[in-house]
Amino acid sequence: MMPAESVVVVRDLVVKYADRTILDRINLDIMRGEVLVLLGGSGSGKSTLLRHLIGLEKPLSGSIIVKGVDLGRCSEAELNQVRRFIGVSFQDPALFGSMTVSENVAFPLLERTRLVDSTIDKVVLIKLAQVGLAHFGAFYPSQLSGGMQKRASIARATALDPEILFFDEPSAGLDPITAAGIDELVVYLKNALQMTVLVVTHELQSAFRIADRLAFLRDSKLVTIGPKESIIHSSDPWVRQFLDRLPDKTSNDKTELLQQLAERLGVRCPKN
Amino acid sequence: MVTAGVGAVPIVALTAFCTGLILAFQGGSELRKLGALEVVVPLVAIGITREAGPLITAITVSGRSSSAFSAEIGAMVITDEISVLKTMALDPVHLLVSPKFLALLVVMPCLTVVADVAGILAGGWFVYSTVGTSLVSYAHAALDSLYVRDIVGGLIKSLVFATLITQIGCLQGFRVRNSPRDVGRAATSAVVRAFFLVIVADLLFTALFYVVWP
Repeated sequence: MMPAESVVVVRDLVVKYADRTILDRINLDIMRGEVLVLLGGSGSGKSTLLRHLIGLEKPLSGSIIVKGVDLGRCSEAELNQVRRFIGVSFQDPALFGSMTVSENVAFPLLERTRLVDSTIDKVVLIKLAQVGLAHFGAFYPSQLSGGMQKRASIARATALDPEILFFDEPSAGLDPITAAGIDELVVYLKNALQMTVLVVTHELQSAFRIADRLAFLRDSKLVTIGPKESIIHSSDPWVRQFLDRLPDKTSNDKTELLQQLAERLGVRCPKN
Repeated sequence: MVTAGVGAVPIVALTAFCTGLILAFQGGSELRKLGALEVVVPLVAIGITREAGPLITAITVSGRSSSAFSAEIGAMVITDEISVLKTMALDPVHLLVSPKFLALLVVMPCLTVVADVAGILAGGWFVYSTVGTSLVSYAHAALDSLYVRDIVGGLIKSLVFATLITQIGCLQGFRVRNSPRDVGRAATSAVVRAFFLVIVADLLFTALFYVVWP
């Protein structure tokens, strides 16, 4: 194996919306050729982190360096240069509804390269075949199932052969079989095309199937990060709770709830 | 995009025709008292080409296209299609707004001409059924009363209205944030704002023409 090299470096990233801290001093490295899965509960800031990593939003403080370019401080032209090397598949397939699947995949090639039409047609066919949609190029997105739309959006995200692929909830809203197919596709993209992949999800099964390393976001903070094997045996209580799918204890404990309520109202609660 | 213009032809023509009739009736009922019913002809011709034609077109297009633009772009924000364009290093404003703007720049003056013709025809119908003037002599009288600047002024207005309608529609669309509910809100406010700004712009133009071309 080649010595590990970071393609994405995040240092002390802080993000706030109004007074609410969404991300609190995040430090993260994504190594070349790995699949890193970012896990976390709803509202933990996963998607926000992703949107920052692809330069859709500027950080309040801290730095995000993708392929040597600091996204928070670079010019629009430099940002666009970096974007040439990244592919993004959003939670929503976000295919352009007025174009066929082929045209959707061809779109970045038409807009961003000088390839001739016949070459573009070939690339589109290869990309569609990779995601198992070789015969569906002429269909419109609305004529495809959710899983197929997702695949098509992955084909479009990989059209320019990006070095880094970002996935936001790749299996959200899909049945387990289709979701497993998407997982397989992610692993294939990593192995066959040597892509670096970041997946944001809350699906445990899927995470362990595809990940080389896992990172956990909790309450705006990155709490644990490590290779799959060490995470499985983690002793961190919160990570354990997440992995074992246990609910928060406080939410069911009546006495504790009463006590909290009493504190807020400023009255003393009789101790049993 | 141009279908948005072609689709608007019947409604624009019909509305302009009705407005032409309204102008003729209103003008006629006053002018009859002065025994100058024939002045209805220039009144309708000038009123339609300078004011009502471009304005009716703009209001119809605001209702049809401004809302459609904002809803289309708003929906693309919700489904992350705008984000996709950005991550492809493409400028969504350039990519989505320019074709709409170009389409309206072509369509609006054409629709304005349609409205002008329909409105003036309505005046002809009125004079024919009240005074018995033939349509041909009415057309002559109407054209005599018009200056090229009336028509050109109206067409210039329609270009400005096209700009306003595209900008407002698209701006409201891009302002959509997270929830699909915002899309409906954006469409509504796009129409309301486009209406208002079109009227304000029309006022400014009319005031300007009043001063420059008395």
